[in-house]
Formats: sequence, C-alpha cells, structure tokens
Amino acid sequence: MDSAEHMHLIYIILAAALATFLTRIGGYVMITQMKRIPPRMKAALNAVPAAVLSTLVAPAFISGGWDVAAAMLVALAVGLRFSSLWMLLVGWLVVMAIRHVVI
Amino acid sequence: MTKDDFWQGIRGGFPVMVSASPFGALFGALAVDNGFSVFDAVFMSATVYAGASQMVGIELFGHNVQPWLIVLSVFAVNFRHILYSASIARHIRHFSAVQKFFTFFLLVDPQYAETEKRAERGEPVTFAWYLGFAMIIYLPWQFMTMLGAIFGQMIGDPRAIGLDVLLPIYFMGLVLGFRQRDNWLPVVAVSSLASIAALHVVGSPWHVSIGAIAGILLAACLPLSKRHEEPVTLEHEV
Repeated sequence: MDSAEHMHLIYIILAAALATFLTRIGGYVMITQMKRIPPRMKAALNAVPAAVLSTLVAPAFISGGWDVAAAMLVALAVGLRFSSLWMLLVGWLVVMAIRHVVI
Repeated sequence: MTKDDFWQGIRGGFPVMVSASPFGALFGALAVDNGFSVFDAVFMSATVYAGASQMVGIELFGHNVQPWLIVLSVFAVNFRHILYSASIARHIRHFSAVQKFFTFFLLVDPQYAETEKRAERGEPVTFAWYLGFAMIIYLPWQFMTMLGAIFGQMIGDPRAIGLDVLLPIYFMGLVLGFRQRDNWLPVVAVSSLASIAALHVVGSPWHVSIGAIAGILLAACLPLSKRHEEPVTLEHEV
C-alpha cells in the first residue's frame, strides 16, 4: 500500500471505532432519557444477554461441521456442572481428538 | 478497598483473557493476510476492541468492499452493544462522566456478562473492579494481536489446532450462566432458531440482530413474573 492508501485504511478503522463506540453508549443514552423502566421493558432487558449470545452459538452448532457440533454438545454437558474454562478445555480436546485421531 | 476491587477484577478477567488470547493472535494473523501492517492490526484492536467485528472488518477490507459498507457491517455486528449499555445503565449510575466514557469504550461481551452477574450476586459494581477486569483483557488483546501479526504463519490452519471451536463454546458458557433468569429456555430457543433462519434467508451479520430481537420480543410478551411488577426508577443523568 502507498501512503495515501494507508491513510485511507486508518480512516476506515477510525470510522469503525466510532461506530462501535456509538453502539456501546447508545443504549445508555436512550435508557437514561426515561425516568421509569416499564416492567415489560425490564423483562426484555433481562432477556438481552441470553438472546444475543444464543445467536452467536446456534449458527456455529448447525454449520460448523459434525465435529464442532459434537464438541459443543459435550461442552454443554460439562457446562451444567463446571466452569467455562473446563467447557473450553474439554470441547477443544473433543474436537482435536475427532480431527487427529478418529479421522 | 479500591485496590482490592481492582485485583478482584484482574482475577475475574484472567480466564477471559486466556480464552480470548488465541482470537487476538488469530485476528493479527488474518489482518496481515488481508493487507494490514502490524501497526494497522494493533491500531484496530486498540480502537475498535470488538473481536468478531474486527474479523468481519478485515475480511471485507481484503475483498476491497466499499468503506461505508465495511463500517456499516462493523456497526451491525456490534449492534448488540446498544442492548448491553442499556442493560448495565442501572448498575453504573454512580460512575463519573469520564469513568462512564471508559466503561462504554471497554464494554465487550464478557465484560458485560460479568458486570451483570456481579450485580446479580449483590456485589458492588465499582469502577476499580470494572477497570481491573477490563485491563487484564484489553492489554493482552493488543499484545496478542501484535504477536499474531508478526508470527502469522505459525498459526497456519486455525482448524488444525482446534481454534474454531473455542469461540462458540465460550459464548455457550456465557448463555448457561444466565439460566436462572425468567423465561431463559424459551428465549434461548427462539433466538437460536431465529438466528439460524435469518442466517439462511438474510445472511450474516444480520442474523445476530434479528435472532436477538426475536428472543427479546418474546420475553417482553410472555407473562411477567411477580418480581418484575415493581418498576425500577432510574435517575436522569448522562
């Protein structure tokens, strides 16, 4: 890249950083304009983390291949009893075993 | 007290740092592969600081997609943060304006999840704790990005060393952490199915926002439990 192209990339990164910061402060600015949180909105807010994070999990389970799906199922079982570090370790071991031992 | 909170934050964030580090290195390696310099990669990690959207950004840049579309895609992938900042507002009312600036700048998925969990346990959400938790993730994220960019070839095929499975499992652990909440299972089921359907119909990255909104709307429409009948009062301040 020449220096003009490089400055172009720096501007794109800065714009992306600003866009990201707006998403991180936007909800706070909106919510503090309201004096009271209606109960249904509170129920909706309580559902946010599970709802969002599920959309990062489910597609990987469906389209990640059977080895990833198997590792995720085992990790899910581990996660019902143990911490997420154990989920990562066991899930990783399962996928490595499938890829390097079974296949 | 403040110092204790800071160290407690660092200890709490440590496992997150361990699981995020491979992705920092992976991002650095992929960024260089897509025409970034080592400086550019670290600059993006330091200013955007949102792993999944950084991956989308470099992928689109590598394909010479128009700049406005790259920025819009980063915005779409990070759209969920609007919901996070709305949700943690009730826990950080006592922070100063400058503290809030850094709080929101550093608001990544695990930071949000741990802040919610800490408030749920009844422990104080102090800025010292928040900053400790954030720094043990933020600083190594820059370092790992640089390492990955410099030694990009050493990672080789991320599938061969099982890197691709870590992110979904990590997010699954976060989902499980919220299983005591009202309507958890129906919300997870609806968001999961909606995101899969949206992935096939509309495509990435919109499946994230569409799936999330489906689960949130469901939670707003389902019968309310007793403990939500008292509306919470928020002071007006920004």
